[in-house]
Amino acid sequence: MTRKPDYLAHAILLMGVLIFIFPIWVTFAGATQSAAAINRGDISLIPRLSGLVVFVQALGLGNAAKGGVPVWHMLLVSFGMALGIAIGKIAISALSAFAIAFFRFPFRMLAFWLIFITLMLPVEVRIIPTYSVMSDFHLINTFTGLTMPLIASATATLLFRQVFLTIPDELVEAAKLDGAGPMRFFFDILLPVSGANLAALFVILFIYGWNQYLWPLLVATNGRLDTIVLGIVQMINPEALPQWNFVMAATILALIPPVLVVIAMQRWFVRGLTEADK
Amino acid sequence: MERRTLFNGRLLPAVLVLPQLAITILFFILPAYKAFAESVRATDAFGLHTSFVGFANFLHLARSNLYQHAMIRTGVFCVAVTVLAMAAGLVLAVFADRAIKGRAIYRTLLIWPYAIAPAIASVIFVFLLQPQIGLITNLLGRLGIDFDYATNGGQAFLLIILIAAWKQVSYNFIFYVAGLQSVPRSVIEAATLDGARGFHRFRTMIWPLLTPTTFFLIIVNFVYAAFDTFALIFALTAGGPGTATETLVVKVYRDGVINLDLGGSAAQSVILMAIIVGLTAIQFRYTGKRAVS
Repeated sequence: MTRKPDYLAHAILLMGVLIFIFPIWVTFAGATQSAAAINRGDISLIPRLSGLVVFVQALGLGNAAKGGVPVWHMLLVSFGMALGIAIGKIAISALSAFAIAFFRFPFRMLAFWLIFITLMLPVEVRIIPTYSVMSDFHLINTFTGLTMPLIASATATLLFRQVFLTIPDELVEAAKLDGAGPMRFFFDILLPVSGANLAALFVILFIYGWNQYLWPLLVATNGRLDTIVLGIVQMINPEALPQWNFVMAATILALIPPVLVVIAMQRWFVRGLTEADK
Repeated sequence: MERRTLFNGRLLPAVLVLPQLAITILFFILPAYKAFAESVRATDAFGLHTSFVGFANFLHLARSNLYQHAMIRTGVFCVAVTVLAMAAGLVLAVFADRAIKGRAIYRTLLIWPYAIAPAIASVIFVFLLQPQIGLITNLLGRLGIDFDYATNGGQAFLLIILIAAWKQVSYNFIFYVAGLQSVPRSVIEAATLDGARGFHRFRTMIWPLLTPTTFFLIIVNFVYAAFDTFALIFALTAGGPGTATETLVVKVYRDGVINLDLGGSAAQSVILMAIIVGLTAIQFRYTGKRAVS
């Protein structure tokens, strides 16, 4: 029996897809038009082929109001920040979860609860005091200051702890019988079997780091450490008319890395996200 | 749950938790303590003298019309964003769960928006809705609608709701797709055999099985709307025009960083922490899952 296509489902899903694609398409098409046409309010939905060069030009362009740091530099800072946060978080959380799950030591539960509490303290609610701690340690306008405070995360520790608790006792016994010490066990057995979770966590944390706005806004005040997200917002804010085609080109460039990471690792990411929150 | 098989040693585990503990204490516990300490103090207009004022900062907030309005505004904003984003995510997930051609492609095309930075989402919508040049502004103008979020507070508020919901749909979609996959196929098939059709089948057989997902998402969406939308709002309107889009997190920033009212801002931070603790507690109590990342 052949069924006729489910037209209703296709119509609704297509509409959903369009709601997300359309704004991005206008951004892309807008980037390729001349600044004059955009400022006349004359934005075409058809990209101008001769305008595609804007994506290369935009890399070299900067925000004059803040020292003219070019877009390629902002992308680099974002990349460093996203990677630093993702790898840093994974490293320190895997180690602390390992200690909490596989050892008994004094103040173990205290350590667990101190880490757990950070779930409830996003940067947004402790802006001023965190900033004052940062300036006490002279971390304003440093890469360490940009990444370090975002590295501690209870989410990753809790996830790793949960994964580690499901490792069968027999595996640990076997490793011990073979004379493997704790660190050997951690690197040779524990990390490899947690591979899928590592991948999922990497996607979530990379995007978390890449998309930061408030923290760079506070810490990167002299332009040298401007991330691409911060840089773009500042480009549309000055009193002078923004150069829309360049700003839109930079916006597309800022979207490419995180979108690629999500699409390339979609399978692990979706599973990791939905399982991590259980 | 605890492990039975363990490694021995006391020094090694202490060294292993140390990095995370150090960062947690420096950048989380210490600032939170400072917020509490600052919230019971006031600094004079010249910034020369700080004195202990007890709960004066909190009482001041409780009596402040501006704060009450920000509170109500945030509540309306959270409810609107949560309802819109969850409804859209659910509808899309239900249709993406049907056995149709191109299902995998639809899913990818609905999941990728997870990667869009909230601040970037605002920049994109500024381009679409900029009062003078925006494509959609011009379209609305031709329909006789004068759209200017920079001067019209109501329109600005509506716009931040729409963008915040737009940004969150993919997250809800991912969770509802996962939720639907865990609904036993036999339930759906049995419902079909019983002659239950379409919406009725969904409402009576599937929707109840999605309750845990729904409850979890309500809290996550609330926390998202209340706390993770700072960038989105600040990049679009910076809380304006006037205070039309000033939610609680925007107000903490404006009062503390821009107006330099440290005691007042710290007191607001303490209140926000209390709200998050409350939401997290509710979530743990009822679902055993967690919301804040």
